[in-house]
Amino acid sequence: MAELSVAWGPREENKLLGTDVPRIEGVEKATGHAKYSADINTKGTAYCKLLTCKQGHARIAKLDVDDAKKIKGVLAIHVLQDVGDELTYDGQIIAAVAAERPDYADDGIRAIKLQLEPLAHFVDEDDLETAKALDAEHTEVVEEETVVKEESAKLGHMVRVKPLADDTNGDVAAAVEKAKAVHKGYYGVHTISHMCLEPHGSHCEWTGDDSLLVHLSTQNVSGTAGQFAEPLGLDAASVEVVCNYIGGGFGSKFAAGEWGLACAELAKEIKRPVRLMLDRPTELKSAGIRPSGFVEVTIAADEEGRITAWDSHHWGSSGLNGGTVSPGVMPYVFTFENLNRRATGLVTNTGPQQAWRAPNHPQACALSQTAIADLADKLKMDSYDVFMKNLEQTKRPEVYAEEMKIAAKLIDWKAKWHPSGEGNGPVKQGLGMALHTWGGAAHAATCLLRVHPDGTVESIAGSQDIGTGTRTAIAIVVAETLGLPLSWVKVTIGSSKYLRSGPSGGSTTIGGVSGPNRRAAIQALGKIFDLVAAKYKTDAAMLTVRSGKILSDGKEICTWKDACGLIGAMPLEVMGEGPKDDGLTDAQVGGVQMADVSVDTETGIVRINKFVAVQDCGLIVDLMTAKSQVYGALIMGIAYALSEERIMDNKTGRYINADLETYKLPRIGDIGELVVEMYQPDSEYQRGVIGLGEPPVIAPGAAISNAVANALGVRVPVLPLTPQRVLEALKGGAA
Amino acid sequence: MWDRKDQNRSGPSFNRRDFLKGSGAAVAATAMATSNELAAQDKTKSKIASAEPATITLNVNGKDYDVTVEPRVTLLEVLRNDLNFTGCKEVDDRGTDGADTVLMDGKATLAGSRLAIECVGKKIQTVESLRKGNEVDPVVEGFVKHDAMQCGFCTPGFVMATRAFLNEHPTATLDEIRAGLGGNICRCGTYAGITACALELAQKGGA
Repeated sequence: MAELSVAWGPREENKLLGTDVPRIEGVEKATGHAKYSADINTKGTAYCKLLTCKQGHARIAKLDVDDAKKIKGVLAIHVLQDVGDELTYDGQIIAAVAAERPDYADDGIRAIKLQLEPLAHFVDEDDLETAKALDAEHTEVVEEETVVKEESAKLGHMVRVKPLADDTNGDVAAAVEKAKAVHKGYYGVHTISHMCLEPHGSHCEWTGDDSLLVHLSTQNVSGTAGQFAEPLGLDAASVEVVCNYIGGGFGSKFAAGEWGLACAELAKEIKRPVRLMLDRPTELKSAGIRPSGFVEVTIAADEEGRITAWDSHHWGSSGLNGGTVSPGVMPYVFTFENLNRRATGLVTNTGPQQAWRAPNHPQACALSQTAIADLADKLKMDSYDVFMKNLEQTKRPEVYAEEMKIAAKLIDWKAKWHPSGEGNGPVKQGLGMALHTWGGAAHAATCLLRVHPDGTVESIAGSQDIGTGTRTAIAIVVAETLGLPLSWVKVTIGSSKYLRSGPSGGSTTIGGVSGPNRRAAIQALGKIFDLVAAKYKTDAAMLTVRSGKILSDGKEICTWKDACGLIGAMPLEVMGEGPKDDGLTDAQVGGVQMADVSVDTETGIVRINKFVAVQDCGLIVDLMTAKSQVYGALIMGIAYALSEERIMDNKTGRYINADLETYKLPRIGDIGELVVEMYQPDSEYQRGVIGLGEPPVIAPGAAISNAVANALGVRVPVLPLTPQRVLEALKGGAA
Repeated sequence: MWDRKDQNRSGPSFNRRDFLKGSGAAVAATAMATSNELAAQDKTKSKIASAEPATITLNVNGKDYDVTVEPRVTLLEVLRNDLNFTGCKEVDDRGTDGADTVLMDGKATLAGSRLAIECVGKKIQTVESLRKGNEVDPVVEGFVKHDAMQCGFCTPGFVMATRAFLNEHPTATLDEIRAGLGGNICRCGTYAGITACALELAQKGGA
């Protein structure tokens, strides 16, 4: 067989790889023909509504669904939490009603008789002192373990404060003593919800007594069938999970979820298909949040601006499990020789966390690179110079330095920068920057490549396209490798019955699908070259493929279709596997972002004038969808930097802005001018494919906050930088 | 800037006469009602629907469909669940996201903010109508070309909002586009592509 190297070809010979290729399912999506789980309407489908907890913490004293079952159109009621059960957060699901129409399900919900006995709650995740005071009152230490006092436990009190980490390296005190400048600051990032526009949920249909078809809105097509099978008492092989399109996941859609299982149970009970998608408030409250973090920092530098010491204690909450931002990524990107870091988790009565695009990194970036910019002010230096000077304390100083220079040029940093707070008039302009890092190694995945005798090619895998352009990337890799037009490659993904692929999390999918498809296509090509060599009496090792033609030494031997005709009546099938250590994929990316903002000191409104992102990600498969990832990340970043946050009411323990009206997301006029520059010298191409989805969403919080601080001369310490927080910071004066 | 009233996409097209027929009718009747207006008022009264399901005919994408629904059922629910026009999405029920945008008699309208029975006699156009075989509307073409989508869930609503906006403002400026498409929300962050698409079409003088 012809021995072909799997390595990516010379960059200049690529026809598709690294070019702007519009996504192949674009028309399907833009004309509403793409079917999401929320759109599945098979005959007889029943619809669900949910009864949820409307308190921060309570016990169910009474739950009576008998009247509700008699309501017109109500088909069945599935109770998830029953009398005596403890409800630990606002939005927790109590029961699901399936009915002929959504309105009847609503009637059913209204007819359920529910009585809750309130219990003590705590939701103020930035309030470490109150949490400590609660623990002082309600807990005791028994055998070196902090436990809730018996009487307090009856009232619903919990241990609220959990020490998580306390690391020391070097000698912070000595370094601070010797330092030219020392800055002490407080910073924070509030909790946000994933807010997937297609809520979590599924459409479940029993295709036999023991076989279930689930259209699940998931980032984890190959990994969720078992999550349905086990609790339902089915063989894993009897469950098929399908997800052709998913309306947003951002890290929150890896599991079947209790709502998924409830949907399957209801479908079984009424012997009809059931669709259960979370309503908007429940989606925000229960289906995923990104934990908060608040930090007290001391940071010190020598007269050159080299940072010599870092001391931080951060706290925050991820909900009932009492986590916060992982201490491992503090301080962010930089590693300082003298370092203290402490972390404390608070247990709050709030919905569970899920991975949110680049877990921990956006918060850690906003909690630490803000302090670096404030230290630069103390040193009376340009923050750009301080970041530059300290790049040697990162893992990729050369790449960051290049990216900083490009970004500075694009935003015109040197011309626009001024010492913080300088500027006349009520509207002040400022510049800020931040940098980030991410892994993005390929996940484990397998694909089946099928070359048909008519020359068309199919790539099949149990992967998913979460909006990142996975389908298009697969088609590009296969078409490029086989020298074919894109339209000859059909990509079939989205069923757990196809070959196993990893979940789309951690920016692992692009490497995960590119490697196996390249390997399979190279192998298929080798087999076809052998057939051509035998038929046309030529040397297989001399053959190449180009624009649908098989060439030997530059001369056409036959067309691709002729060659595929030699396969026989049945298609040629090849499997591709990954990841492998053969140079097709790599890990570790970085990026630099710079923001130019205007702040109205009378209204507190922050506007983005220009936002520049310079991003590396190794070899780029599709430049267009790669850039879309970065544009999207900047906008998501503007959202959590300026407007979006979960607002908890401590009196009731409720999430009070769980809707799209008061949970503020930027609209098309709120984003300013975005500039995306992919950093792609040949050295990046040679690294192979690396994931991109997460990294560019990390730096916006710190970059925008730093720009606002530069504009005002005052730090607005906590994200999002709402007009209220800006005005309060201005009133308070010093940072 | 264009006429601000075009931005009001959710409510019924409002005029004084409709208002008189509605809440202000009693005052109007005692003060200055003409017999014609009283007749109109009676006609309105007779339009008050029973809470029971009734069969209505909706004209969607040029075709008539009979559906039997209660008066409380929204157009969105009928389009999605009864007629399977699922391009129209349900995101929030507060008329804030625009994912349920359809055209009604040519005007951008939020299907989730309209009762189905209100839409009898109207020409309803959903996003599915923008593709006929291999032919697609220039707005769809532009969305694909500029990659104005990621997960794609908000995309149909944005396509319809853009279609309606360009119908009314074929040569809109960048600032007008940024204001005029402000009724829709995208979570993935596809605004840059959508803006580029709308601006290119507007610079060509419409689509």
